Amino acid sequence: MRLYGVDIGSRLLLGTAQYPSPAILGDAVEASRAEIVTVSLRREAGGDQHGQAFWTLIRDMGVRVLPNTAGCHTVKEAVTTAQMAREVFDTNWIKLEVIGDNDTLCPNVFELVEAARVLSEDGFEVFPYTTEDLVVAEHLLQAGCKVLMPWGAPIGTGLGLNNVYGLRTMRAHFSDVPMIIDAGIGLPSHAAHAMELGFDAVLLNTAVARAGNPVAMAQAFAQAIEAGSMARSADPMEARDMASPSTPVLGKASLG
Amino acid sequence: MNVTVVGAGVAGLTIATELVERGCRVEVIDRAQRFGRDTCSWYAGGMLAPWCEGDTAEEPVVRLGQEAIGWWRRHVPDVIEQGSLVVAPSRDAGELARFARRTQAHQTLDATGLAELEPDLEGRFRQALFFDREAHLDPRRAIAALTGKLHESGVAISYGTSLEDHGVNGSVIVDTRGFAARDVLKDLRGVKGEMLVLKAKGIEFSRPVRLLHPRLPVYLVPRGGGHFMVGATQIEAEDRGRITARGMVDLLNAAYAVHPAFAEAEIIETGADVRPAFPDNLPRLRWHGRTLHVNGLFRHGFLLAPACARMAAEAINSPGYKPELMDEDHRERSIA
Repeated sequence: MRLYGVDIGSRLLLGTAQYPSPAILGDAVEASRAEIVTVSLRREAGGDQHGQAFWTLIRDMGVRVLPNTAGCHTVKEAVTTAQMAREVFDTNWIKLEVIGDNDTLCPNVFELVEAARVLSEDGFEVFPYTTEDLVVAEHLLQAGCKVLMPWGAPIGTGLGLNNVYGLRTMRAHFSDVPMIIDAGIGLPSHAAHAMELGFDAVLLNTAVARAGNPVAMAQAFAQAIEAGSMARSADPMEARDMASPSTPVLGKASLG
Repeated sequence: MNVTVVGAGVAGLTIATELVERGCRVEVIDRAQRFGRDTCSWYAGGMLAPWCEGDTAEEPVVRLGQEAIGWWRRHVPDVIEQGSLVVAPSRDAGELARFARRTQAHQTLDATGLAELEPDLEGRFRQALFFDREAHLDPRRAIAALTGKLHESGVAISYGTSLEDHGVNGSVIVDTRGFAARDVLKDLRGVKGEMLVLKAKGIEFSRPVRLLHPRLPVYLVPRGGGHFMVGATQIEAEDRGRITARGMVDLLNAAYAVHPAFAEAEIIETGADVRPAFPDNLPRLRWHGRTLHVNGLFRHGFLLAPACARMAAEAINSPGYKPELMDEDHRERSIA
């Protein structure tokens, strides 16, 4: 998988919030074999120099950091947070999240497209958290995005892929754009499903962080994503309505 | 054995108490002018709830925390042993099931059972978890009581004094400065917490109530006279500033979700401070030469201070003894 010119081996991106402790977070990242982790700046910041011990722990994990603008509601907030992230983590990458509704944490796609344009012009490499809407996706690409991150389901719900038809259509429509399913994943089987549909990777946080054993769950996701990815490249059979015997009956010896 | 304890918060005073009981000569110094807003313990909830903490904390917190209730009962008055309650809004009922699966020593109450325990919560929640062996105390009164007892035992507690000004009198120094010890404990980090105190009319609880929420679990601890401590946010930031608007909104929303009467409550006090924590959020004892560091009590100050104090006092009195929270490698390196 190639994201903004960088080759990434792992198909799992892991969020860093809500773990029982930074030590467990570190073990989970290792077990997941993720090469990219997301970090929310807005909540953990509190000021320019604060939160640094936690950020240092993240940097020391030896993985690539994708800072995100979690919790931002407007273009201005998101742009300011992205600029701060660029200074703290010394990266042009930014996961762009602009929330439009507090109950569903649904993206505000209008502000999202505008923020993506402003940030791309400013030299950022934007990973937009979006819906499966094709028109919005087209506008994000025009705004300069070279990766798309449609939701599986609302953030933190763990419902899996809510609109399989919409996601399949999106995959088919933008077949050359790297696409990462972001949010809503609850179980490894959801992640495997996303990979079987042909998505390039899966980004998740709560499903691992809030599991009873986050480290084991991280490993389970790594295996499921590998399985889904392998299945996709193995060209699965087509589903069909009528049963078809796997062993032909014709020519079988008839007894009695 | 002469011991100088640096820091008069809950860690320092429990250690001083354990050392005095073992016959040591102890003095306590603290750079604050008095016990108050410069000390983390000032903002504590005072819940002695080891089983509830098992939701997110590791096994030693649950096990060692169980020492706390008896220790506090023996050393200060007014430990309230009425258990604690956990509730969830109906839209987050799954959170209550998850909490029940991951914790021990609780029973499930229906609405009637809840109303029998807390009449003011009648009709508010269809289910609750009751942890009947848990307890709570008022941290400020507990610190005052410990301070008084130490004075009676002849222990000098010098406020407005740092180790540099004071000089070293003891043969052992116990450093319990919390996040301020970051200058020597490089793996210590700060986790900001915010709290507030409300005074509500016409509502009283007999025990702490935790409200589960996917992002922000909040507890209300009754302080008597209609006062409730509401806490606490948990933010990976080392900023000792004031409570943020967002922190306040989150805490007030949670209080309101527990009971609408809190909408009319007065805000008596707000507070914010930085909890000291190591990467696994468990406390550590660590020798640096003749200084014993006791730090990283995180959100478990009153819960884990008794176990830490016991281990520190034993480590000081028996040089060969290595308690489970002792950072062995570090000690061996510093001795070599």
